[in-house]
Amino acid sequence: MAATQEKPAKTRLIAGPGMLLVWLYGVMVVGAVSRSVVQISTQFDEAPLAYSLSAVAGVVYGFITYSLVRGGETARRAAFVCCAAELVGVLTVGTWTLVDPSAFPDATVWSDYGMGYIFIPVLLPLSAMYWLRKARAEQAPAAARG
Amino acid sequence: MLDALTPVTGVAALLLAAWCGWAAHRDQPTKDWHFIGMAVVTLLALIQLIVGIVQLARGEKPEQGTTIFVAYLLGAFACIPAAGFMSLTERSRWGSVTVAAGGVVLAVLEVRLYDIWGG
Repeated sequence: MAATQEKPAKTRLIAGPGMLLVWLYGVMVVGAVSRSVVQISTQFDEAPLAYSLSAVAGVVYGFITYSLVRGGETARRAAFVCCAAELVGVLTVGTWTLVDPSAFPDATVWSDYGMGYIFIPVLLPLSAMYWLRKARAEQAPAAARG
Repeated sequence: MLDALTPVTGVAALLLAAWCGWAAHRDQPTKDWHFIGMAVVTLLALIQLIVGIVQLARGEKPEQGTTIFVAYLLGAFACIPAAGFMSLTERSRWGSVTVAAGGVVLAVLEVRLYDIWGG
């Protein structure tokens, strides 16, 4: 009986600030996925690279959102890795769009470091990684946080 | 009608964002009054959705395409209720921050809607 009691509870990732992250990631999922679906289905030939990248961004956002909602240590790690990948993606694509604009006749979600989305794409992975690290540190049943 | 409704909804969304931001600043969750505020903003977005569809039905064309226009109308309508439900499950200041973020997102959507319609 003691063993079952000591079994650590699933890390809840959407408590407190995590809820805000889920909301912002959810918005980005809708934004990136719907944008790329419209663009790929109607005008793919205009900027195939840009539209494909938007679709990839949407999938990554979707996975992170799912992981955050699901909770638990595995999901936490998976979300952390994806956030790191997302950050690398934003920085790479952001630099790429500035250095070689001709490769991008149309904007992606990650163009200019996400300027079209008030820089949320570059700020979000940073805050999410911070939050996910903290969630690990607080795995011991700490006092309920505000 | 749509030309007037878009800025009104956008401003209402920003007011809601400021109000909920204030609640978060004071370390409070969203309360009944906030939900009434959310209902008002959602109602504006719903009227906008209906007016937008009526305009389309009357044969008017948005400047940047009907699909994008309808998608943004639906997104604008769903934005605040979604944030509101999330603040119901998160009864802390962070629920208020979520609704505040929802208000800002809606305001951005309204700016985009204005462009898409061709204001």
